[in-house]
Amino acid sequence: MGIKVVNGGFLTTIQDMGRYGYQETGLAVSGVMDTRSAALANLLVGNDENEAVIEATMVGPMLEFTEDIWIAVTGGNLGAKLDGKPVSRYEAVLVKSGQTLSFSGMAGGSRAYIAFAGGLDIPMVMGSRSTNLKAKIGGLDGRKLGTGDLIGFAAPKTWLPAPEKRKMEPEDFSAKEITLRVLMGPQDDCFTDDGIWTFLESTYTISNEYDRMGCRMQGPVIEHKNGGDIITDGISFGAVQVPSHGNPIVMMADHQTTGGYTKIANVISVDLPKLAQCMPGTRIRFKKVGIEEAQALYCEWRAEVRALSKRFAAQTEPVGELQAAALAAALNEHKHSWSSEGVYRVVVNGEEFVIELSKETARFR
Amino acid sequence: MNEVKYLVSGDCAVCVEFGNEISPEINRKIRAFKLAVENEAIEGIVETVPTYRSLLVVYKPELIRFGELTEKFEALRGKMETIQIPPPMVVEIPVFYGGETGPDLEAVARHNGISPEEVVQIHASGEYLIYMLGFIAGFPYLGGMDPRIATPRLESPRVRIEGGSVGIAGEQTGVYPVASPGGWQLIGRTPVKLYDPDREKPVLLEAGQYIKFCPVDEAEYAAVEQRVKEGAYVPVTYAKEAE
Repeated sequence: MGIKVVNGGFLTTIQDMGRYGYQETGLAVSGVMDTRSAALANLLVGNDENEAVIEATMVGPMLEFTEDIWIAVTGGNLGAKLDGKPVSRYEAVLVKSGQTLSFSGMAGGSRAYIAFAGGLDIPMVMGSRSTNLKAKIGGLDGRKLGTGDLIGFAAPKTWLPAPEKRKMEPEDFSAKEITLRVLMGPQDDCFTDDGIWTFLESTYTISNEYDRMGCRMQGPVIEHKNGGDIITDGISFGAVQVPSHGNPIVMMADHQTTGGYTKIANVISVDLPKLAQCMPGTRIRFKKVGIEEAQALYCEWRAEVRALSKRFAAQTEPVGELQAAALAAALNEHKHSWSSEGVYRVVVNGEEFVIELSKETARFR
Repeated sequence: MNEVKYLVSGDCAVCVEFGNEISPEINRKIRAFKLAVENEAIEGIVETVPTYRSLLVVYKPELIRFGELTEKFEALRGKMETIQIPPPMVVEIPVFYGGETGPDLEAVARHNGISPEEVVQIHASGEYLIYMLGFIAGFPYLGGMDPRIATPRLESPRVRIEGGSVGIAGEQTGVYPVASPGGWQLIGRTPVKLYDPDREKPVLLEAGQYIKFCPVDEAEYAAVEQRVKEGAYVPVTYAKEAE
């Protein structure tokens, strides 16, 4: 088994990096709101960054484990506790069957991510395990988690190499004012010079209307040349829509694929996780950057993912290589045997391996 | 070669804009460019999203940067004339008009001073261009409805409209892929599922194709419905004749 949901919390869903390839049919991408935190959680337990994780929003769930597994909790600090004792964030933690993971309250940030070593046993729908609440697909029957739900582990790992090294400095999301870097366009030409100036020089406040689709902000009105309506056009994650009312709405993970409002700018990819962790009331300033800078920052993040992936997975490789060499040696010995089974003792690089060969399998002892 | 604009849409997408109006001509250009881009299989492109005015191209900057991508697009546009673009398909959608599943057929007829039969005849005679899909999965934005059957939306929208409902809203016609609230005047229903997540191809239609509504009686409707349930229904399609 895996986990039993005792309490689903406010909005807890299963997400991966999103369902790409269907936007032309009108199907939203969905996926995690904070791609950075979700990727880090997965990497810490040796998963692929795209493995399905649990995204908890503001009030976290209560999950009872029915099987041992390594997990990592990252993202916003929602007060994660294991059997009532605080759990270190940004660190691989071994959870035993019978233990309960709960969340006691927000202390900086609004979305926490829980990754499970070996992944969750959730079917792929159109190439993704992400929950799309509107289309009611993906995750657990296309809905948020609730009391009584059971989620299995795909290939639970109870052993990870060098577990004590699987930790990072926890990130802090408690800032009350943040700056989001933006790329201007695609419809920045629909705004007056005053409008552009207002957008870049004012402070906006995140309103209560902040969900997985979009983040509405309030502040000085951004002036259009001829209103905020356009002939419907495609939308990117992070697009800053400004309808005729003149206040910005940033399109988030569940955003519609197309829309008929002017988009003054787009929050750059590496800054979207910061916004995903904001709460209503947070003050936002926008800062203009160029495409070269934004894409260089994006590529830096990709390089960081590759490096971390190597760091946390690489430790298994020497062991794997030794095992492979031992197995090859055992199989070579076995060629001379009449029996289909046998036990072999092989020494590779000074390390002794005992290998049991049977008809179909080889087992290390 | 007409001007196109390459508009930055964040660091992972570019909006290739062909115009700023709803026209079959712009739609043809977008469709041709989309097919050409797909044909070229440029490494780093994740997906493309056609709309009325543009093609949004989602890509991975770690594989291809903005400048490099738009250069490739320019080169591709330079040889568009040499690329074979297949004629668009027309997809037939069987519709049972009127009755319980088309409760507003009479109202549409009354509003336009014609008979319900004439509404059906006019509605089923056109081939409707699918400009784009959006709003919800599988919802086609159709163009080309005859203004003789144009009718304003209902004053108070219905709480639930069944999936497959065929309706009219102003000068637009459309089909609801799944049940949802809405204010369209409902004139009929199709048993064909425009969206079915369990199907190999979840969304039936594509932007750039055409829809032709074909009136069917109750028996034919039931027969198609049965085949849809069995997963054995394949819509009738044919290549659109050049205009």
